[in-house]
Amino acid sequence: MNWAPLLLSLKVAVLAMVLALVAGTALAVVLDWRRLPGRELFYSIVVAPMILPPTVLGYYLLVALGTESALGRAWESVTGSTIVFSFTGAVIAAAVGSLPLVVRSVRIGLESVDPNLKNAARTLGAGPVRVLFTVVLPLAAPAIFAGAMLAFARSLGDYGITQMVAGQMIDGTETASIHVMNALYGGREEEARNMSIATTIVGVTLLYASNVVLHRFSKGVHV
Amino acid sequence: MSSGAGGLEATIALRRGELEIDVELACPPGVTCVMGPSGSGKSTILAVIAGLARPDRGRVVLGGEVWLDLERSIEVAVHARRLSYMFQGLALFPHMTALANVEYGMHDLPRAERTPRARALLERLGVAHLAHRRPRTFSGGEAQRVALARAIARRPRLVLLDEPFSALDRELRVQLITLVRELVAELGVPLVHVTHSVAEARQLADQVIRIERGEIVARGAPAEVLAGVTALDD
Repeated sequence: MNWAPLLLSLKVAVLAMVLALVAGTALAVVLDWRRLPGRELFYSIVVAPMILPPTVLGYYLLVALGTESALGRAWESVTGSTIVFSFTGAVIAAAVGSLPLVVRSVRIGLESVDPNLKNAARTLGAGPVRVLFTVVLPLAAPAIFAGAMLAFARSLGDYGITQMVAGQMIDGTETASIHVMNALYGGREEEARNMSIATTIVGVTLLYASNVVLHRFSKGVHV
Repeated sequence: MSSGAGGLEATIALRRGELEIDVELACPPGVTCVMGPSGSGKSTILAVIAGLARPDRGRVVLGGEVWLDLERSIEVAVHARRLSYMFQGLALFPHMTALANVEYGMHDLPRAERTPRARALLERLGVAHLAHRRPRTFSGGEAQRVALARAIARRPRLVLLDEPFSALDRELRVQLITLVRELVAELGVPLVHVTHSVAEARQLADQVIRIERGEIVARGAPAEVLAGVTALDD
């Protein structure tokens, strides 16, 4: 069996998870600020990728990151390669697709932190940044971890956005989901089946392991 | 241990739905018990003094240092007011050990001084054995002692207690009240203590302020204000 598509998908999923986790946690922290003007509208825009068709999202990303865009041109002048139709494009596509899952999960986690704990930290001399990093984020850690795992799972299985932004081949390799589709339509049913089973086993195993960790972690944090 | 700061003066006017508060407080170093029925605005007054709530009009001054003066647009951030606030639920950080909880408010001290100082306080309050344990394993009385150690460790210039002993049995409550009196006397700072308990106020207070529907109805020595009172109407 050709393991390259699965390894590529895992690489994309890990990097997309990290990207979505950092950006999603930062966005959730901003959205937790009650005095933010237009907070709910901003939230709706951030989580819109959850309900938009992958082709629509892929189109937006192509416009925003393509060779005609300011961002795409700047990236190309610095790195010498394009964002779209590259490994970087695949990571960004998967990260954008999974960002809403992180934001939703972290936001729920932040809202569940007892306001009295934040107030206690403030009265003990902690400024907003210290309160965030020493009280709020540690107490929301299980939700942040859960968001990261959802982002990983979503990225591992991404098909539509990745195909729109990164194309069929990345450095000569397909991602696992694209490989399944191509094998199926190319009459290579056994290949499609093997890759589907391998992806399922890897995905379920990682999610199970993360749930075990999350369960232990939660018990340690919540009282 | 003394960090004597002078008295607290506060003028607070605030309207939030049904609640209307209009009070002027003067709390010299020592213990002031603020008493009144539920919903009379006691906890809101503490929150305004701490900077956790904003009044419509108000001025809060501690030992000549202005923390709040809305007319002059002065509003010192909560973390910059050197105070300690013991919440009703205690608000011990559940993800930290007792030692880390106590050290949390000592951020301005050199790192090497924090741990010995925190340990000494836990020792004094009889809970040194909890140093490396997390709050979920504490009994009610143990949690109160750790919270008290955390409040004092900050070397506050003002201590605010929002009915922190209400869930304890009488014997434990008496023990802790005695401890609070000792610690506040050493610090030489004002302590504002919100309580429902007449017995607690008699034991602890140098001054009692009674509040009803957001207004002060009596103030003075416990013997005067609480003469003939056995329990507060709720």
